[in-house]
Amino acid sequence: MIAVIDYRAGNAPSVGYALERLGLAHRLVAEPAGLGGVDRIVLPGVGAAGATLASLRDSGLVEPLRARVLDDGIPFLGICIGLQVLLDHSEEGDVAGLGWVPGRVRRFPDGLRVPQIGWNAVRPTRPHPVTDGLGRDAYCYFVNSYFAEPTDPADTLGVTEYGSDFASVIGRANIVATQFHAEKSGPVGLALLERFAHWDGTC
Amino acid sequence: MLTKRLIACFDVVNGRVTKAQQFQDNIDVAPAADLAQRLYEDQIDEIVFYDITASAEKRKIDLDTVRAVAHHVFVPFTVGGGIRTLDDMYEVLKAGAEKISIDSMAVRDPDLIRQGAEAFGRQCVVLSTQVKHQGVRPGLPSGYEVFIDGARLATGLDALDWVRRAEDLGAGEIVVNSIDRDGTATGYDLDVTRAVADAVNVPVIASGGAGTVAHIADGLTAGGAQAAIISSILYSPRFARNLGVRELKDALLDRGVPMRPYVADGA
Repeated sequence: MIAVIDYRAGNAPSVGYALERLGLAHRLVAEPAGLGGVDRIVLPGVGAAGATLASLRDSGLVEPLRARVLDDGIPFLGICIGLQVLLDHSEEGDVAGLGWVPGRVRRFPDGLRVPQIGWNAVRPTRPHPVTDGLGRDAYCYFVNSYFAEPTDPADTLGVTEYGSDFASVIGRANIVATQFHAEKSGPVGLALLERFAHWDGTC
Repeated sequence: MLTKRLIACFDVVNGRVTKAQQFQDNIDVAPAADLAQRLYEDQIDEIVFYDITASAEKRKIDLDTVRAVAHHVFVPFTVGGGIRTLDDMYEVLKAGAEKISIDSMAVRDPDLIRQGAEAFGRQCVVLSTQVKHQGVRPGLPSGYEVFIDGARLATGLDALDWVRRAEDLGAGEIVVNSIDRDGTATGYDLDVTRAVADAVNVPVIASGGAGTVAHIADGLTAGGAQAAIISSILYSPRFARNLGVRELKDALLDRGVPMRPYVADGA
């Protein structure tokens, strides 16, 4: 059973429809009790990092999520803002993140059209059970003005070029996260969701 | 690199796609959910759906059709028409849309743009604007005037002033919809599209008038747009021959326009 974290500014329904299409059992979870009995978690996200974090705190989800992901070690997938909140800090609103992956979130430099909106190529930088199969240049759908900069290069699983290369897939132990919207990246994204659903959380 | 996008646009009445010419004379095409599924399978980059009578009939948007489309479409999906409040936006997003398109209501209540961007993020708020070439005159420095309510009501607003203001308020994308070219298949209005692309820093979407591959290529190059809205060329019964998404993309790639390549073994 996959928990899809559902909060006001999120797009949990879209992720739910994608999992439904793949025939994967899931439920939308808006409160801590919903995290019991699930064996993996998807944290989708749109909007701003600060609003997402505030929404997770208001729902009392931060500590229960930490317990399931960091203590129990169940597989976790962050999507878009669900990736950006994993790092220590975001320049967007100058907010502290969850700090599950060391690093920062920075704004694209001036001179680029932001948000970056559209399909861009993801180039895997090291093998990983969730991203293996993406191929050399998988086009995925991005909507972002900010990007993650993990401290440890080994936490970057894939890169995408917008102005310069940025980390478009990150991962550490049982955590994996995509800056692109896997649930809105057509067959390529659906295939990634399916691999996540069968991942044992090791790499 | 970031590719250019082809966005299929549906004007929806009672759950069915219709096709108009210069905002009039609608003819029936197909159920929205069926057409959305077919275009998704053809690997369209994005879909936008306007509930074109919701606004005029002062009723809420057709959420059942939004849900039906969202169930079949795993590419971004924008919904517009009949959105008057933050709660309306929330309902549409919860029904499975990624973005909200606002047009006439944004002119009447520009703060709606700010409220939407604040609540859901700038990327959720698409400002669509209907523009008509009127010639340069006092108060209209670009020569293009903004219209609302299905191109029926002139606002006196200058197109470039309006899109700059909308960007400041929080619009994440701007659709430039040429009233003069809508449904005519004579090509996008490249002048106003380029002027808007130069005036704002958010992505700009060309709309109204694409009838050939060359028109689309022009909008995405000379017009400076990041995305092109197409409809007639894909499915209008008025066209002797409609083109498929793959055929369009291959032709655009041949012209050097960067597009998301077709995925051979699509799920």
